[in-house]
Order: sequence, then C-alpha cells, then structure tokens
Amino acid sequence: MRIVVGEGSCGVASGAKKTEAALAALLAERGGAAGDGSYSGITLEKAGCVGNCYLEPVVDVYGDDGGLAARYVRATEERAADILAGTADDLLISDEDAAFLSQQRRIVLRNAGLINPEKIEEYIAAGGYEALRKALTQMTPEEVIEEVKVAGLRGRGGAGFPTWFKWDAARNADAGGGAKYMVCNADEGDPGAFMDRSVLEGDPHAVLEGMAIGGYAIGAHEGVIYVRAEYPLAITRLEIAIAQAEEKGVLGKDIFGTGYDFSIRIKAGAGAFVCGEETALIASLEGERGMPRLKPPFPAQKGFWKQPTNINNVETFANVPFVIREGGAAFAAYGTEKSKGTKVFALAGKIAKGGLVEVPMGLPLRDVIFGIGGGIKAGRAFKAVQMGGPSGGCIPAALADTPVDYESITQTGAIVGSGGMIVMDEDTCMVDMARYFLDFTRKESCGKCNYCRVGTKRMLEILERITLGEGRDGDIELLEELAGKIKDGSLCGLGQTAPNPVLTTIRYFRNEYEDHIYNKHCTAHYCKALVTYAITDACVGCTKCARNCPTGAISGEVKKPHGIDQAKCVKCGKCEENCAFGAVLRD
Amino acid sequence: MFSEIEPVMEKYAGVPGSLITILQKTQDAYGYLSEDAIAYIAKRTGVPASKIYGVATFYTQFRLKPVGRYILMLCKGTACHVNGAAGIEEAVTEHLGIADGETTADGLFTLDVVACLGCCSLAPVMMVKGPDGEETYGSLTKAKVRSLLDEIAARETEAAS
Repeated sequence: MRIVVGEGSCGVASGAKKTEAALAALLAERGGAAGDGSYSGITLEKAGCVGNCYLEPVVDVYGDDGGLAARYVRATEERAADILAGTADDLLISDEDAAFLSQQRRIVLRNAGLINPEKIEEYIAAGGYEALRKALTQMTPEEVIEEVKVAGLRGRGGAGFPTWFKWDAARNADAGGGAKYMVCNADEGDPGAFMDRSVLEGDPHAVLEGMAIGGYAIGAHEGVIYVRAEYPLAITRLEIAIAQAEEKGVLGKDIFGTGYDFSIRIKAGAGAFVCGEETALIASLEGERGMPRLKPPFPAQKGFWKQPTNINNVETFANVPFVIREGGAAFAAYGTEKSKGTKVFALAGKIAKGGLVEVPMGLPLRDVIFGIGGGIKAGRAFKAVQMGGPSGGCIPAALADTPVDYESITQTGAIVGSGGMIVMDEDTCMVDMARYFLDFTRKESCGKCNYCRVGTKRMLEILERITLGEGRDGDIELLEELAGKIKDGSLCGLGQTAPNPVLTTIRYFRNEYEDHIYNKHCTAHYCKALVTYAITDACVGCTKCARNCPTGAISGEVKKPHGIDQAKCVKCGKCEENCAFGAVLRD
Repeated sequence: MFSEIEPVMEKYAGVPGSLITILQKTQDAYGYLSEDAIAYIAKRTGVPASKIYGVATFYTQFRLKPVGRYILMLCKGTACHVNGAAGIEEAVTEHLGIADGETTADGLFTLDVVACLGCCSLAPVMMVKGPDGEETYGSLTKAKVRSLLDEIAARETEAAS
C-alpha cells in the first residue's frame, strides 16, 4: 500500500505537511520505520498538487495493484489516525468533486499530484525522458521543430506566438562561434495565476525535459530557468530535479551517448513584473535593471550576452515531451483550428471550486466556470471573469459562451494570457477592479517610456477619484483617450496592454462607471466612500454594533432596533462585521 | 566585516551578471541591504555603488531598511483582492500600527504587501517569514489574522522570558 500526500504550496498552506507528519508518526508507532519512508508494507510519499485546491489537504491511498484505492479530501492532521484505520469515509471525495478532475484533459498536468516530484524514478516510470531519448536518437533538430509545428503549439506565457517559429529562428541564427541559450521563463508575474508554480512543484522534470529537447532543436547547450523568488518550494524542487537528472545522465554531458551536452541552471528573479517581457528578462539575467529594449534585434538573434536566445514559458516546455513522444498530430487533435492542444487555467476568485484546470482549447467559458468550477461561491450571481491579468480584461457574464481560445478571447478585449481566470460576482466593483490593475501596472512600470510611466499614474488618479465619489463628467472619455495614447506610446507589452482592464470594464460595465460618477453610488456596494450603512428591522438590539462603533454613530436601547447617525458614520464597516443577525445593510 | 558573504564574493565577485545573485545572498545573510553593504559590494565587484543602488531599488525583493523578526507578506493578488485582502491589510495595520513597508517599534513585525503568492484558491492569503522559515496562512478573516499576530507575539514573549 502507498499513501500519497499532496504537497503543493496550497496543500502545505492547508496543513498537508502536518498531515504527513501525523501519518508518519502513526506509521512509525506501528513499527518498522525505514529511512526511505517505508513502514512495514506501507509507503508514505508526497506529491505535487493534483489541482483541486479547494479540497486541500488531499491524501491518496493506492492499493498493492498500483491503482488509486481512495482519495481523502480536507484530510487534516487530526484525521490521520482515521485514514489509517479506514474510518474516514466522510472524507472520501464525492462524485461531484471527482468530476472536477474527470472533466479535464491533462497533458501539462499529466503527472502533477500523481508522482513524487522529488524522485526522478517516478517521472521515468511514467514515461519521462522517453521523448528526449527519441529526439536525440531518432530525430534531427529540424524534425523536432517540424513536429512542434505540426502540433501547432503556441507560447503559453501570454502572447500565443507559435513555438516552432521561435525555435526555427534561433536554430538558424548565427552564433558567431559562441553559445546559444535556452531560457525558461518561470517568472509567473500575473497576480492570480499559479499554473507555472504548480507545474514546477508537481512535475519539474517535464520542464527540464522540454528544455533539453528545445535546446537540441535550436543547438543550445546551456539552459537557464528564470524563476520567481516568491516560489521557494518550486526552486527547491527544481534544484533536486536538476541534480537527479544530471546523476541519471539525462542532463549534462553526452546525453544517451549521443554526444549532445545540455546543462540547466536556475536564476532566481528578484520581483519585477516587467521581467516577463523577453528583453527585460534577459537584462535581469545579466544582473541589470530589468528594462525592455527595442526589438529587433529579437532575442533569437541577440539575446542573453548578445547571443541567440530562445525563451519559452514553463507550460510551453511541459507540453513538449508529449508532442515529441505522442507526435504533433496527437497534440493537434485537441483544441480549435488555430489554438491547438490544451491550456491550464488557474481558477480563482469567487468560484465555488477553485484550482487548476486543464481543458482542450475551445471549451466555452461557461463549461469551465460552471461545469468544472461549480459556479459561484455562496450562491451569488456570476458577473464577470477576468482573464490575462493586468494585460487582460473582464469578460461579462453575457459572453459566457465564448470559447476559450486565443482568437475568441482576444475578440472580447481580454486575452488568454498565461491562464489566470478570476471569477467575479455581483459584489465585485468593476471600477475598483480597473483601479486595482492600474495600481499594479503603475507600480510595475519600469519607467522607460513616458506614456507608460506617467500615463498609468494619471489613469490611476482618475480611477481613484471615481471610486472616492469625486468622479467628473468627461472622466470616462479622458480614460479612453489616455488608454489609446499609452498603447501607442509604449515600447513593450506591459504598457501596450496596461489600459486593457480599464477599456474592457468601460466597454461592458459603463453603467457602473456612470453610477459612480453621476449618482455617487457604487453598484456593487463596495467602494467605501460611496456606501451607506443602515440597520434593518432584523436588529434585535444586542448593542454589539454600538459598542464596536469607533465614532459613536450608532445608538438605540437594549433589545430594540438601533439606528445609525449618518453624519457621524465613517463607513468603517465595523457594525456589519460585528452583527450576528445580518441586520446591517450596506448600500 | 561582511565575513558572512565572503564565500559568495569569492564565487561571484568576478562573474559578470551576478549582481542580483550577490544582492540576494547578502540580503539573506543580513536581512536587508545596508549602505555599508552596498559600498562593500561595489568595492569587491567593481560595479559602481550608484548602479547597485539602481538595481536594488528596481526589484521589489530588495530592502534598504532593517526588517522585523517576522515579515508579514500579505498577498494582494487579484484573487485575494476580490476576496477581501484590503480588509485584512486594514486589520494588520490597525492591530500593529504599521503600514506597508514599516516595522513595529519592538522590531517584531514588518508588513510587506506583495503582488501574488500564487495560492489563489486559499485567498486571502498571507505568508509569514520568521526565524524558523516560512508558513502560509489561507482563507484569512480579520479575526483570524489578529489572533495569528497575537499568537506569534505571545510565543516570542514567552521565549524571551
């Protein structure tokens, strides 16, 4: 029997390590503890995240035949004994929750949550490094690129650029006798996106194998993974994976005896969203401020240390072993005419079942949000979904039937981006969302281009005014004008896309902007300066609100409905927070 | 002085493109990048101090002021934002009397509002970086975060006495 505890960052934050420790202690009590985690016939393992983050911690029990015998969810340390005793049936995953996974098609996440990411043997047992062997021993670099072309694989980092095209350009670039570089962009900067983190934590070898295949294709012998410093667990697992791969000879010198050398090292980023842009990332790799530069020359011609460099995203690389092993056609069988394969989405926000979801491209948004994600939390109404982070936009509920592919999503004004999907309900203020993203891009603008540096600040100021109830007639038009100028006047993707969250919210939720500006009212009852509090008949006169009110604005007799003096109210919300009877109304 | 980073200097001082790595290791050793540390790195690497300052201020990871024993990395990613991170920040600020980037007078806590920790399904989230490593707390409420801060403070007082 084998017990596997899901230990991605989400799982750990939910107590998975404590569950593992409790299981280990109980198993040790039974005797026969061995150094490798085996206890008289029972092996205790850890794995990455299987993706249903809302059910963490997850504990899987595999029978001696290797098949999954039971999956326990919300398996906290207190229930470890029950799990071992077989008396934790109440924690068994429900059919409904199991459907969260069964409705997906997993290529990138094929191993995540199933294998131990810290043991290369498990990756190899699952067919790992077979694609690299095939590429090195049976295919020419040109054939590898051709296979990726047949697959129709496009960059998963956001822009959706054909991968084969970049590889081909890097292959044909003249290195002038010097080196070529294969870089993995693991600087997952979009707030609200965690696909890459999960892949790195759950299946790091898939990324290494993809990089090695890509390296062979373009003629590089050195790979660099630029990974966010905020992902300590991902960095640790990558370090372990690289060491094990070198030991097994699947990385390093003379791989599979073919004479091909390829090594990979890790470079921890230091926190700058703009470093997701290729030229900025290269500047950062060289130890400089991560500021983008003009293209051309493209990195394929002059990149890292002015040598031909190819940069792909984590998820793109994780797709490559599948493409080579199963063939490009097998990959292209999924998806739409122009968007092939599957895409991983990080489903979060006001969603009932948040987590990682991998589906074929072209599935309608509705199927992802309602079919897999279980709809909105607490029975609220679905209002919009934000895709593409600070470069993307908000897609309204009315467009929920839009298929998820590069072209269709771009038509709505949003972008597929790296795969963040933040679901919003009726309590989310769309003006505030626009303000939120502008606040982000304003901070993250590197400052090189005037329009981006100053323009995002001016847009933010206008949005702040609107949310404070100081909006003026003409503000919407001013925002639109500034948006156009910033798009035109910025060098890199950060500035060119920064206005998108504002433009899409104006396009689909203009009424909310107008409500703020003309009626001094926040449609979603969110913006603090614009809400008013009132006490309803549901008040039983417990006096808790009055006792917690910092300004003495609430008065009333014990056991009789209270009232709020609006002149004294500072809208701190303490009354609403403290009311146990739902008697405080926010409008 | 700066003997803790001597091995780092020996390994990286002469390697082009290593400035960020050196700064990261220095911050790991001392908690922040002091003016003296920047001057020392400049001397050892030959990179002008002005340029080091430019790099250090460009990236959010680097701090130029000493930090508290516990760094409260409060996530304000999109998922946390829509799930009420602003309220959590308010609770921390009110409870400890510090704003983003500030440290409490007793040197125990530093508040550091971060863009995204990538634990979006558990929003709102905060990572606490302490002497014993980092721990992530999810599904926070104002009450939960207040009692968490009290717990840490109590643990520290107990350890001190």
